[in-house]
Amino acid sequence: MTDYAVELCNVTKVFSSGRGAKSEDVYAVKEMNLGIPRGQFFTLLGPSGCGKTTTLRLIAGFETPSSGEIFIQGKPMSKIPPNVRPVNTVFQNYALFPHMNVASNVAFGLAIKRVPRDEQKRIVKEALELVQLADMGKRMPSQLSGGQQQRVALARALVNKPAVLLLDEPLGALDLKLRKAMQIELKHIQEQVGITFVYVTHDQEEALTMSDFIALMSDGLILQLGDPATLYKKPANKFVADFIGESNFIRGTVDSITRKGTKLRVLDELVTVDAMEVNLAKGQAATFTIRPEKMMLKTKQPVSTEALSGTVQEVIYIGTDTRYIVTLQSGESVVVRVQNGCSPDVEQFSKGDLVKVVWLPEDARLLTD
Amino acid sequence: MENRRQFASLIGPPSLYLFLLFLLPVGLMFVYSFRAGITGPAHDVFTLDNYRSFLTNSHFHRLFWRSALISLTISVISSLLAYPLAYYLVFQAGRNRVTLMTLLIIPAWTSYLLRIFAWKLILGSSGLLNSLLLSLGVIEKASPMLIYSRSAVIVTLVYVWVPFVALPIFAALGRIDRNLLEAAADLGCKPWEAFLRVTLPLSLPGVAAGFFFAFIPTLGEFVTPLLVGGASGQMYGNLIQDQFMRALNWPMGSVMSLAMLVAVITLVFILTRLASVSDLGGVYE
Ligand SMILES: Nc1ncnc2c1ncn2[C@@H]1O[C@H](COP(=O)(O)OP(=O)(O)OP(=O)(O)O)[C@@H](O)[C@H]1O
Ligand SMILES: [Mg+2]
Repeated sequence: MTDYAVELCNVTKVFSSGRGAKSEDVYAVKEMNLGIPRGQFFTLLGPSGCGKTTTLRLIAGFETPSSGEIFIQGKPMSKIPPNVRPVNTVFQNYALFPHMNVASNVAFGLAIKRVPRDEQKRIVKEALELVQLADMGKRMPSQLSGGQQQRVALARALVNKPAVLLLDEPLGALDLKLRKAMQIELKHIQEQVGITFVYVTHDQEEALTMSDFIALMSDGLILQLGDPATLYKKPANKFVADFIGESNFIRGTVDSITRKGTKLRVLDELVTVDAMEVNLAKGQAATFTIRPEKMMLKTKQPVSTEALSGTVQEVIYIGTDTRYIVTLQSGESVVVRVQNGCSPDVEQFSKGDLVKVVWLPEDARLLTD
Repeated sequence: MENRRQFASLIGPPSLYLFLLFLLPVGLMFVYSFRAGITGPAHDVFTLDNYRSFLTNSHFHRLFWRSALISLTISVISSLLAYPLAYYLVFQAGRNRVTLMTLLIIPAWTSYLLRIFAWKLILGSSGLLNSLLLSLGVIEKASPMLIYSRSAVIVTLVYVWVPFVALPIFAALGRIDRNLLEAAADLGCKPWEAFLRVTLPLSLPGVAAGFFFAFIPTLGEFVTPLLVGGASGQMYGNLIQDQFMRALNWPMGSVMSLAMLVAVITLVFILTRLASVSDLGGVYE
């Protein structure tokens, strides 16, 4: 038995829209290879239309792969219809049965499996307690708030004890505060029940908060797979760096490659960037990235830092932080985020000041596009 | 002020409509139901005699219940036929859905009478069905029973009403979120289980609407029984028509019409109550 709850092997999904000569093929998922580790909170993250829902529906069995094979707990799924797959889904719009009360909704899967009545009652009660809706069993779905409906949908899926729980942007319809609370709650529930969660979201912050692993998707492809810290600190490419968190991108040309790293020329200035993984030749154009919170503004460049000169363009005070928008000599703008604290070496600047934007060499990363 | 004017302009036309076409005639009938006659001095005599004789006339009652039974049969058969039709259109027909729906409705654009006469041609003693059965040797002599019978009324009216019963079922099925059916499959339902537990209960309001679409008008039906019903196919509507047109006993006709109105309203009331109980098709409590 493999350690993967779900495996996708070379899975491609093509949708044909239109008819005859006007037909157009949409590759929603392209040659995807993915292993989802057992018992983990796994997130499919990506912008709208990148194929997250399609991937989830392929796993659930609502769509069939155009090619490739999906394994759940090591078993091939190509001939297994959705109703016998060991997975359950929490739908984006919850899909609660409007003609049944909350308890009936939650008991639905158990009733289909002909679980004895008393047992059903006990399990439903436990599940409703787990999602903190203990006394709502008699209500109809239309009498619940969005957050409560979402929890009913979760309970309805969990009572079946699936090997894998699929969640398609389940928090999408909730307001920010409730969403944050539910994120934590969902994560706790996952740890409590130990079921593999495959969670779909386009919200990178949500993904970072909840996940053990994140697969970042774009255009039907997985661009990077890793834990939140890796994705944040070591983005594989520009898309990942841009999508996850806020990033500054600075373009330059390769001046020389030494054992210490790659020296880049940005207009007249030279900076050194660690770049063991990227193969570049002298004279080639290259981009490197630094997070705004990893940069600082100084009047003079401190030792063992890298720096570029620029002019403060804008100062935005946002409570805990101050955001400086600085125009570099090359004309590119960077964002520098400085925490407002009592740290004595933080200098204050105002619009028009000439400054050095400085960072530690290990905080910059050279990127491929 | 502005609000009230807006409200009035919204509610005005339908109210007027309702008043002219429903309340006014019913009101008139109500007044007439107490008159002793429609001409001469009897016109101005108000009495309860009409109600008394209506309540004691067993012929009226028999015909009323027979009509109710015929209407019920028609509505049940129409619903049973219309349901698979609507189901096919919504879930199987794909992009041909609208075309097929239109084809279904097109016969309704021709005159009602024409469609009844068409059935006369089919069911008549030298009609299509008889000729067919004769030539196949199933029967030896043209059967006059095919037409001028209760079954002829039922067959004809089912034919007339099936498309209209299909419409609200079609609408109800179309409104069902496909996600719900996926959710049912996701929770372990085989297709037929999903149908019984989700699709059917959610489409019941449409079925009820379709049922009443057929039941209410056929209860008062008098044209079809007149043309294809014969003696055994006569309905309550024919009786009312007789009172108004032949016996010129408008007060009695009014009493009979009002009695039917009350019966229909009571029935609709009871059935809608039954249909709106919560947790339809629930599996738990
Ligand atoms: N049934 C379908 N027929 C045709 N094209 C489809 C179908 N379902 C999805 N697509 C296309 O496949 C691509 C991926 O869609 P998908 O719904 O998986 O995106 P997503 O990542 O879930 O986006 P979102 O965040 O907006 O929900 C899109 O280009 C979409 O238009
Ligand atoms: Mg989606």
